[in-house]
Amino acid sequence: MDIVVLIKQVPSTANTRMDPETGVMIRDASETVLNPLDEHAITEAARIKGRFPGSTVTAITMGPPAARRVLLEACARGADRGILLSHKAFGGSDTLATSRVLAATIRKTGGFDLILAGEKATDGETGQTGPMTAAFLNLPVVTFVNRLDVEGDSIVARRIVEEGEEEVLVRLPALVTVVRDINNPPLPTVRQYVIAKKIIFPVWGPQDIGMEEADAGLKGSATRVAKIFSPRLSRNTTYMEAGNEAKMAAAATAILEVLKGRDLMKKGEGHGN
Amino acid sequence: MEIKGNIMVLAEVRSGNVHSVTYEMIAWGRRLAEKTDVLVDCLVLGTGEGDFEELIRGGADRVLVVSPGMPDSRLATPAASLLVSAIRGERPDIVIAPATTYGRTIMPIAAARLGTGLTADCTDLDIDPKDSLLMQTRPAIGGNIMATIKTPRTRPQMATVRPRSIKPLPADTGRRGEVVRKDYSLEGEWQERFISFIRSEEGDANLESAEIVLTGGKGIKSRDNFKQLAELAGLMGAGLGATRDAVEAGWAPFSCQVGLTGKTVAPKVYIAAGVSGKIQHLAGMITSDYIVAINEDPKAQIFKVADLGIIGDAPMAVQELTRAFKSHSEKGEGA
Ligand SMILES: Cc1cc2nc3c(=O)[nH]c(=O)nc-3n(C[C@H](O)[C@H](O)[C@H](O)COP(=O)(O)OP(=O)(O)OC[C@H]3O[C@@H](n4cnc5c(N)ncnc54)[C@H](O)[C@@H]3O)c2cc1C
Ligand SMILES: Nc1ncnc2c1ncn2[C@@H]1O[C@H](COP(=O)(O)O)[C@@H](O)[C@H]1O
Repeated sequence: MDIVVLIKQVPSTANTRMDPETGVMIRDASETVLNPLDEHAITEAARIKGRFPGSTVTAITMGPPAARRVLLEACARGADRGILLSHKAFGGSDTLATSRVLAATIRKTGGFDLILAGEKATDGETGQTGPMTAAFLNLPVVTFVNRLDVEGDSIVARRIVEEGEEEVLVRLPALVTVVRDINNPPLPTVRQYVIAKKIIFPVWGPQDIGMEEADAGLKGSATRVAKIFSPRLSRNTTYMEAGNEAKMAAAATAILEVLKGRDLMKKGEGHGN
Repeated sequence: MEIKGNIMVLAEVRSGNVHSVTYEMIAWGRRLAEKTDVLVDCLVLGTGEGDFEELIRGGADRVLVVSPGMPDSRLATPAASLLVSAIRGERPDIVIAPATTYGRTIMPIAAARLGTGLTADCTDLDIDPKDSLLMQTRPAIGGNIMATIKTPRTRPQMATVRPRSIKPLPADTGRRGEVVRKDYSLEGEWQERFISFIRSEEGDANLESAEIVLTGGKGIKSRDNFKQLAELAGLMGAGLGATRDAVEAGWAPFSCQVGLTGKTVAPKVYIAAGVSGKIQHLAGMITSDYIVAINEDPKAQIFKVADLGIIGDAPMAVQELTRAFKSHSEKGEGA
């Protein structure tokens, strides 16, 4: 099995704040992490590799030069090699342009059985990159997968949807996006990092993947951010000070009244049932 | 304002039935159509059965039913392929779908095939009066920011829209419209086979349909306090919600998470205890009818969306509410 894992460097959420004065995001570029769901994708790839000796796992990321750190982490977590897509022409890509770049890279390297991606990234939160990449590659995609089994030339994937779980059988090659229930990623060991550090990651630009610069980056993107704003939130709030128990009891009564007023407190239907 | 094609709304089909979230999407379609003077087409893929007139009473002008040759609405490739054919055939200017596992899977496939943009998880849609472009608004990273996104060059303009970001329109029995059978054909083959679907008995779905939701955040302070909150929710007949921070603290399972990355709820009464009200959380509950916030910080953002703001200790509120409920139901049982 030759497996590709798509991974992304994201700002660590704990360190993403907004400047209350200007509304601008404060992002410390040094405080970035591997997208949490991508850890699960790599772990799954490593698990499958363990089941089928001779398998390879290639991690691919598009991002700034510093994103090579997530490739390193991917290799410590079980990937054999990594490709960094970094070039000024890639900057400002929306999910459409990103997927085009990722698909071109996969096409270029060729011959994969399975592509894994996170269901979504914690920064953009779109969850579009996986399905779009699959579409550009003309591959079937299974999203929201929480269990994956390889059976012969196919996979059986269990996906979590609104009202339950469904299983589908898909002939490989295919792309799968995973949710966090799929596995518990172990922390990589120091030894694994030491080994990973020896791996050299090629850095590719548009030429290397046979792509026109205009199809990537801002130029290749179909969407534009028109504006960013802090929403004006307002309801007519009635305030109650509840600094002590007696006041809080009054507040509790007020809440009960709200529920009664909306017919949400049915007498006699207490906790007896 | 003038736009060059209709508004296409993708119906959510689950187990062969049109799901109610479709009516919310139609309501968005109507709101946009009113500003642009175009038709709202509701596209139904994967089922030929159903009360399509009801979709018209819900606000659609036409219902486009594409049923033949559709093996199973759950499979992404054939559904996306039919969506692409329908978009090529109808040439809508705008296509919207619910941001459900269904919409979030087939819309990106279709957008990539069509080479057009897609904005995920919108909470608001509007038409810019200046350039007639669709303004797709969604919460963005960084706490309290919203981003408005446009698709200036390519068509159609596509968006998935959060369920419960709008109320469905009341059924209008006088509305006239057309149900049109379309036979768009499937291009190519697909490599997916449906094996099984197991409906979960779990209470997840209940959270989304609960009339009262009681949510705890970091201000609940401890696992034990959160347990009491959960018991109170049971007592109240409320769905139990949690912020992401509460979930990450291990106080509640992910299935309770309300917000951008979790569930969207719109109950009659939403009670947030010890919740700061970051935009990612608000994205999951802001359309609730009545919001109660309990927070010790009078400047907490959650108060800006609250109808009733209680300034005080959240664990204490849980205690007092529990007491109040117990005494209420004891009285009630006698009556
Ligand atoms: C991409 C992304 C997606 C996200 N998705 C979600 C999501 O789906 N859902 C979600 O909830 N969050 C989400 N978040 C996180 C979100 O930004 C906030 O960090 C989170 O909602 C905060 O949770 P909280 O209100 O419990 O905690 P905090 O922000 O820590 O707030 C705790 C509040 O409790 C109050 N408090 C403290 N002690 C007490 C007390 N004794 N009594 C009363 N009040 C007290 C404090 O004043 C404070 O307002 C997301 C973030 C990102 C970046
Ligand atoms: N720049 C990128 N490079 C590689 N993979 C990416 C990139 N952006 C997104 N992905 C993959 O797509 C998934 C979903 O991301 P998103 O669509 O941004 O929510 C991620 O979990 C990654 O697996």
